[in-house]
Amino acid sequence: MMKWETVIGLEVHAQLNTRSKIFSGASTAFGAAPNTQACAVDIALPGVLPVLNREAVAKAIRFGLAIVGRINRRSIFARKNYFYPDLPKGYQISQYEMPIVQGGTIGIFVDGKEKTIRLTRAHLEEDAGKSLHEDFRGMSGIDLNRAGTPLLEIVSEPDMRSAAEAVAYAKALHALVRWIDICDGNMQEGSFRCDANVSVRPAGSDRLGTRCEIKNLNSFRFLERAIEYEAKRQIVVLEEGGTIVQETRLYDSDKDETRSMRTKEEAHDYRYFPDPDLLPLVVNPDMLERIRSEMPELPEQKRNRYLGYGLTANEADGLTQSREMAEFYEGLVQALGGGYKLAASWLLGEFTAALNRAGIDVSESPVGSERAAGLLRRVADNTISRRSAGEVFDAMWNGKMEADAIIENRGLKQISDSGELERICDEIIGANPKQVADYRAGKEKAFNSLVGQVMKATRGKANPQQVNEILRRRLAQ
Amino acid sequence: MHDLTLTQLSAEIAAKRASSVEVVTHFIKRINALNRKYNAYITVDEERSLAQARAADARIAAGAAAPLTGVPIAHKDIFCARGWRTTCGSKMLADFVAPYDAHVIERFNAAGAVIVGKTNMDEFAMGSSSETSHFGPVRNPWNLETVPGGSSGGSAAAVAARLAPAATGTDTGGSIRQPAALAGVSGIKPTYGVVSRYGMIAFASSLDQGGAFARTAEDLALLMNAMAGFDARDSTSLEREPEEYARELGRPLAGLRVGLPAEFFAEGVAPDVARAVEGAVAKFKAMGCEPIEVHLPNMALSVPVYYVLAPAEASSNLARYDGVRYGYRAGGYNDLIDMYKKTRAEGFGAEVKRRILIGTYVLSHGYYDAYYIQAQKVRRLIARDFRDAFTKCDVIMGPTSPTTAFRLGEKAGDPVQMYLSDIFTIAVNLAGLPGMSIPCGFDAKGLPVGLQIIGNYFSEAQMLNVAHHYQQATDWHTRAPSGIDL
Amino acid sequence: MALSRDDVERIAHLARITVDEAGIDRVLEELTGIFGLIERMQAVDTAGIEPMSHAQDVVLRVREDRVTETDQHALFQSIAPRVDAGLYLVPKVIE
Repeated sequence: MMKWETVIGLEVHAQLNTRSKIFSGASTAFGAAPNTQACAVDIALPGVLPVLNREAVAKAIRFGLAIVGRINRRSIFARKNYFYPDLPKGYQISQYEMPIVQGGTIGIFVDGKEKTIRLTRAHLEEDAGKSLHEDFRGMSGIDLNRAGTPLLEIVSEPDMRSAAEAVAYAKALHALVRWIDICDGNMQEGSFRCDANVSVRPAGSDRLGTRCEIKNLNSFRFLERAIEYEAKRQIVVLEEGGTIVQETRLYDSDKDETRSMRTKEEAHDYRYFPDPDLLPLVVNPDMLERIRSEMPELPEQKRNRYLGYGLTANEADGLTQSREMAEFYEGLVQALGGGYKLAASWLLGEFTAALNRAGIDVSESPVGSERAAGLLRRVADNTISRRSAGEVFDAMWNGKMEADAIIENRGLKQISDSGELERICDEIIGANPKQVADYRAGKEKAFNSLVGQVMKATRGKANPQQVNEILRRRLAQ
Repeated sequence: MHDLTLTQLSAEIAAKRASSVEVVTHFIKRINALNRKYNAYITVDEERSLAQARAADARIAAGAAAPLTGVPIAHKDIFCARGWRTTCGSKMLADFVAPYDAHVIERFNAAGAVIVGKTNMDEFAMGSSSETSHFGPVRNPWNLETVPGGSSGGSAAAVAARLAPAATGTDTGGSIRQPAALAGVSGIKPTYGVVSRYGMIAFASSLDQGGAFARTAEDLALLMNAMAGFDARDSTSLEREPEEYARELGRPLAGLRVGLPAEFFAEGVAPDVARAVEGAVAKFKAMGCEPIEVHLPNMALSVPVYYVLAPAEASSNLARYDGVRYGYRAGGYNDLIDMYKKTRAEGFGAEVKRRILIGTYVLSHGYYDAYYIQAQKVRRLIARDFRDAFTKCDVIMGPTSPTTAFRLGEKAGDPVQMYLSDIFTIAVNLAGLPGMSIPCGFDAKGLPVGLQIIGNYFSEAQMLNVAHHYQQATDWHTRAPSGIDL
Repeated sequence: MALSRDDVERIAHLARITVDEAGIDRVLEELTGIFGLIERMQAVDTAGIEPMSHAQDVVLRVREDRVTETDQHALFQSIAPRVDAGLYLVPKVIE
């Protein structure tokens, strides 16, 4: 049986999180009553004209800088002409021959292996409105609130070879656009939409097969399912001697299948031409430099910096999964004045576990970085043990009290008075001659049992390291 | 009262020798009596006009008058004016009441001018005779069997017949200058980008430019002062310091180099037109101007280039008329596509549909490079010809139109002949230059001849001065057609 | 390039304008005449000439990202052919 390779390229439409629309001063806020955010320009009244939103351009440039693409000094807005009721002007303003960003790459990890996905381009365009198909006396209702919302269409090269890679790429892109604050990434609200170009070819072939474009993939799971279904479908068609027809297909999540979109297929001829209402967009060096200087540190850069703090690769990865986590970490170490390792292990351990239990994001944590620093400071200076820290954290999470007050109230302070500890250690040694003998005979297990008993006797308030030290010293005598 | 120029009328009102209400009432009375003869206006709304006139009188009484306060001005029905039906001469917008003001309307409103009515025009400004209007053809006041030119024929006719002291227009390929010539009035099309296109219903965006009609160059300067200026809502509006367009009036013309392109005086120009234009040139020479021969070698290509670019832009600009959000919607459709097709087939007239089809074709797959891109390249050659010519001269002169007014229906069945009537005006739009037309004589049939004056970019004030001097030395512009009395 | 009836039908469909059977021949004749005029520019050598899209050689101005528009849908929809519950109504859109 022939082996097949799946080839995937993604087109992602990311809504840019500007306050106003790309060519008008109407609000882009989601969820308003129908057509209340569709102004004269958005509904294409006769005589109205588009004026470009500076922030949309700045966000596109941010993206271009983040993926290390080329920011074209000069880019052109074109009209893509077609009739559709959710497209009020009868054309969509988009960038065609000269997009604002070209090239660039995104790194992904799949099964522990790193892979680089090349980007073709990213261009600015306007979103369309929405057709509501619920029955309005046999008609469709048109809501133009979304019309004119700025979009960045991000087109990849056909560099992905499996649904898993496509999902990893989409997730990396999703994390990136949120990281650089150009898109809220809300897939339910349609802020981040994926179309997948899927084709298959015999393994080892260097020719691309005929592709189908799958639309309407509004979750990572649907993206994965749709690609898997589509690749299988194409393989079956080819193995049965058929040919693939280049077409647009819609993923139906209820039936978990893709199906041909017949109606919009006929006679695609968008008659692109430069929009005479908009002059060439020129990105001058000043603007580029200003945006560059305002760029947040990117995940990759942060990761490298964290490795320099002595964190493990896993820790550095974990902390740079989201900008919020990284910022929490940085706030924490700043408040602590160090404690890189401790802060990292605690954030990725206890803190992340608490977030997961509560099912919330970092930004929603009831314990902020300042309060957390109050806790870790007491771990660092040996006031409390790591075990007691868990109890204190629980209390902080569920209440308003700060770490020090909780430690005080609950008497969780470690016994740091070495005279007191030595007395307890001596007592335990005296009461356990067998373990002492075993230890002296070389049985390390016996030592652990002695430590355990000291800890028990101090109700966990002894510093285990200090206990170790005292016991070793005493037993060596 | 209607014999006064805009400047004179404005002085009368400012001096309180006449109130705005009296003036506006006078013109509306004339329109009501005479419009059926000329069909120059599509919409008159006496109540709205008088409300503005009363406000203007109050402003004058308060001592806060601007130069145009209280003066009635007619607007081409291509400018959206809030609360006014704005049809663009089309069945598609026959019942469209504009919910907002064009920038030009805002400017006139701010100056305190009164909208006296909306003037008839070729549908969506596509035409050179004002015959393609859904509201019937405009008739030339000089001879009711002839056309007043187009597309701003209603505005030109209204000024010629003294149904308004001044009017706005738009010029995409000659739509102000050619009707000004054919109707014997003065008209100006400014440099592209000087007057905002916001609220001016688009025909061909890269060529459309608002301008005005009046009886004298001095009046046009007054209108330009009100209309011109930066508007942030039009991305092609130019950010420039405000100008006083009358500032050069009266400056001597001695030494002015007048470029005469050989191509403007070649065959195809009616002998009477050539004679009148040559007479005007002789007059300028007598005033101390220096005639210089210049060449615009690609002039003849301006018509083919224009009939690629303008329809291409129009085919896209007019896609919004789909019967969904405003305007005409056909009845009896089967489905969405049928609704679109019937709405557009019934809502647009023949010429508009013809141009939409041309534009669709030249942009369609496989033809774009051969037509659209080639036309844009030749457009650059045409613009360069002007640039070269202006290294040798200060203004360019020639006929506005190769003929005087033609008979109604004469060219209506022959689009190519109709298109060629704009042969001398189109190149100016392609280059984005300012141009004017002023009366310079009559043909044997008593129909007016227009002299075209083309200036370099942003030289409106100079052009107006050139025209003003001519009007000080001649009286062609003071002639009125007969039959305009009540 | 000679236009055909098929071309007319194709562009009429693209432009969403009904042209009836009898109309196609008339339109074909008119457009053929107009393209006869247009073809005159084909002979011009334009090698190396940059296409001219705009009359002025200026670059795009941008606006600040501010919400300046208020809800006017009642006014805008007062001139709409068919609306219901704030929505513009059209014959069912089939996807």
